[in-house]
Amino acid sequence: MGSYIPNTDQDRREMLEKLGLHSIEQLYEDIPCQVRLKDDLDLPVPLSEMELVRHMKDIAAKNKTVDEYICFLGAGAYDRYIPSVVKHVLVRQEFYTAYTPYQPEISQGTLQAIFEYQTMMCELTGMDVANASMYDGASALAEAVCMACQATGREKALIARSVHPQSREVVYTYSRFRGIKVHEVGYDDGRVDIQELKRLVSDDVAAVVVQTPNFFGIIEMLDEIAEVVHHFGGLLVVSVNPVSLAVLKSPGSCGADIVVGEGQSLGNPLNFGGPYLGFMATTQKLMRRMPGRIVGQTVDLSGNRAFVLTLQTREQHIRREKATSNICSNQALNALAATVYLSVLGREGLKEVALLSMRKAHYAFEKLISEAGCSSMFPAPFFDEFLVKVPVPVEELNRALLDHGIIGGYAVEKDYPELQGGWLVAVTEKRTREEIDALIREVGRL
Amino acid sequence: MKERPLIFEMSKSGRKAYSLPHCDVPQLALEEMVPRECLREEDARLPEVSEVDVVRHFTRLSQLNYGVDSGFYPLGSCTMKYNPKVNEDVAALAGFTQVHPQQPAETVQGCLEILYRMDRLLSEITGMDRFSLQPAAGAHGEMTGLMIIKAYHQHRGDVKRNKIIVPDSAHGTNPASAAMVGFDVVEVKSNDRGEVDLEALKAVVDDTTAGLMLTNPNTLGLFEGNILEIADIVHKAGGLLYYDGANMNAILGMVRPGDMGFDVVHLNLHKTFSTPHGGGGPGSGPVGVKEELEPFLPVPMVVFKDGRYYLDYDRPLSIGRVKSFYGNFGVVVKAYAYIMSMGAEGLKKVSESAVLNANYLMERLKEHYLVPYNRRCMHEFVISAQRQKEKGVSALDIAKRLMDFGFHPPTMYFPLIVKEALMIEPTETESKETLDAFADALIEIAREVEEQPEKIKGAPHTTPVRRLDEAKAARNPVLRWNP
Repeated sequence: MGSYIPNTDQDRREMLEKLGLHSIEQLYEDIPCQVRLKDDLDLPVPLSEMELVRHMKDIAAKNKTVDEYICFLGAGAYDRYIPSVVKHVLVRQEFYTAYTPYQPEISQGTLQAIFEYQTMMCELTGMDVANASMYDGASALAEAVCMACQATGREKALIARSVHPQSREVVYTYSRFRGIKVHEVGYDDGRVDIQELKRLVSDDVAAVVVQTPNFFGIIEMLDEIAEVVHHFGGLLVVSVNPVSLAVLKSPGSCGADIVVGEGQSLGNPLNFGGPYLGFMATTQKLMRRMPGRIVGQTVDLSGNRAFVLTLQTREQHIRREKATSNICSNQALNALAATVYLSVLGREGLKEVALLSMRKAHYAFEKLISEAGCSSMFPAPFFDEFLVKVPVPVEELNRALLDHGIIGGYAVEKDYPELQGGWLVAVTEKRTREEIDALIREVGRL
Repeated sequence: MKERPLIFEMSKSGRKAYSLPHCDVPQLALEEMVPRECLREEDARLPEVSEVDVVRHFTRLSQLNYGVDSGFYPLGSCTMKYNPKVNEDVAALAGFTQVHPQQPAETVQGCLEILYRMDRLLSEITGMDRFSLQPAAGAHGEMTGLMIIKAYHQHRGDVKRNKIIVPDSAHGTNPASAAMVGFDVVEVKSNDRGEVDLEALKAVVDDTTAGLMLTNPNTLGLFEGNILEIADIVHKAGGLLYYDGANMNAILGMVRPGDMGFDVVHLNLHKTFSTPHGGGGPGSGPVGVKEELEPFLPVPMVVFKDGRYYLDYDRPLSIGRVKSFYGNFGVVVKAYAYIMSMGAEGLKKVSESAVLNANYLMERLKEHYLVPYNRRCMHEFVISAQRQKEKGVSALDIAKRLMDFGFHPPTMYFPLIVKEALMIEPTETESKETLDAFADALIEIAREVEEQPEKIKGAPHTTPVRRLDEAKAARNPVLRWNP
């Protein structure tokens, strides 16, 4: 059994004595006896540390990992390289065993790191302010829709079908219970159908929600969309891949009002889907509508620069049911990972990661079409993930690839029945030419 | 003065901390892949620093922090217990961290097994029937649980139930979560014993009541002894009972929410089940329900059939997704490891020790501070600095002064129903010696109030920074570095 309780029997006796009690049982006298458990919980026999490690290794061994297999799967989570430094910073107990920095005098480390993170997110997104993180990209998007509705006093949103299907699902869940109506805007050649958007948008639409690069990997034309939504007084909500922002135009410069995204790519392992981090950034104008924690700069009594949680009157612990959101715990450690990752990669490194991934993805795309019998589905430019139509059933293809040590792309027909045979392939900077050639070879053979 | 530069202020053009492989595929120019009008004109101003710069910078920052490994962290309602190191090791196994969430089920049987087993373990611990591990944090769990309550009423055609009742001692997340789900919030008063006032409760329930959210033990650290009557009142009115699991650390193996009449619970794995708080997250807020509510849980759920684990998406009554993928899986792994290492006997001992530690500490402080609800507490208790306030020293001052003694302060000014509140939760992982040292410090501070109050009002004196001008931060927000 784990021995994380330091007090000895002797300590317990002394403490009870101080309380004038003779048994611990007496401490539970307030609990009505009808509801007290009569028996012990029915749980497995406790394991020693050694047994625990063995047990966990046995379970872990039942998974196939991207270390052993070559991963071409993306669709919202990416197998990117994480520099060693990130891990070494994250294991510092002063970061990972601390609580939310409510006491700034002994939390300057966390607070300054968040301030740096907010700055990096503003730089990448081209927005004025960013918060300290959200649960993940999908829930950040749902919160952005709620925020847009609060800010505009409208209760309707339009969301592009080219937004990640899981993000859309989370948006529907949040919206449905708050009475926000959400309508979908279709795609045309893989991009938001501007004509349909123009037909659907009106002056009761709080937000138009798009993703770029979108779920198909395609870069959306934000300027045009921004113009349409702003004309009717609505807000443009954009979900972005942060790595792409090293080279692609920032949503801020295209007129976005709220920018969110999934930050996993920035130094966080795949971890079977979490913990990741959502980021959120917005304009100065909407700053006080933003959910989540925000760190601001100030001075201490000696006049030294210092950092503190600020604009807290937006938050649940002050405003209760009138808060901008209920969010309390966020993904601080994952945001720290992103901050360290972006510090290591820096201005040039992130561009290099983006460019490497793009080149490899474009190489894979060309070869799949020219040598492996795949065909292009959409003509529009993509970043480092793309959709092709494969000549055999996708599930069959992926099963065969798995036998050859390859985790294949995502079968989009699960979410888009009209895109039968659509195979979404992600190529990060980690993939080598050799690995891509192996993929081409195996696909070509089928 | 900039003795602690921002990473941006250390930047020097040409410096780098990364090494990436040479491009082994055709080196297309950006413009050959993406039209120029989609490309960025100016670089994002990320820092350009060396590897040693990065390491020293973040090491220095870490040294300005205080974690559970630094010392005693009696933050009420936050359960800042020690986080066992082996749980970090096992969660860091490549077999868990290097797994893509979209991989086919047959390649992720280990991950699904963890989720499935956690559902079973947490159900047994709480007396519920089924758990979803999808919610990312406590407040997220609350929101999910309230959506389930709303979906349940709506499914029955009982559409006018639009009110959630919360006690005046509730966590701020309770009313905020209710609002997120489109409920109106009705507050119910506490009585002079610090518990829900039954008469007040009876007066507010009616056929518009969707449910009551309750923390038990409540935020005063007191067990709601009338829980069966409370459950009866709410259920008879047609409402459901929601358990905020923030204080579950008091009752493991003693009493279960499911046996007290609760229909929906959320747990905070980052509190009760020892996963570290990470400076504010990631947490994990699993939601458990009674059988009747099972169909409404988020999708997907993990099922076990014919010796294999599957993800079940075919749940037509489900509220839908509240998050991508399957929750904060890495956090769940740590909590699973914790439960497996503690077992039934260990978990019971956790609660017994947490409750004993709190009562002992309260006993030692009783003579020196006002204890507004002077009765047996559970895993935490609330003292009030009202007496000290009369001498001009506030709860905030006392909290700040505690830092000079090497302790993290307790939760301040919460619950809202106690003036000058300090809410203290020692947890089970602290020794009698630590509790005594903390009590001695608070007693010494009480003495200082009489003799040298200015010393307390100027505290802390030994921390990396002194008290901050919080008003300035809010009045004139500077939320990012500007060159």
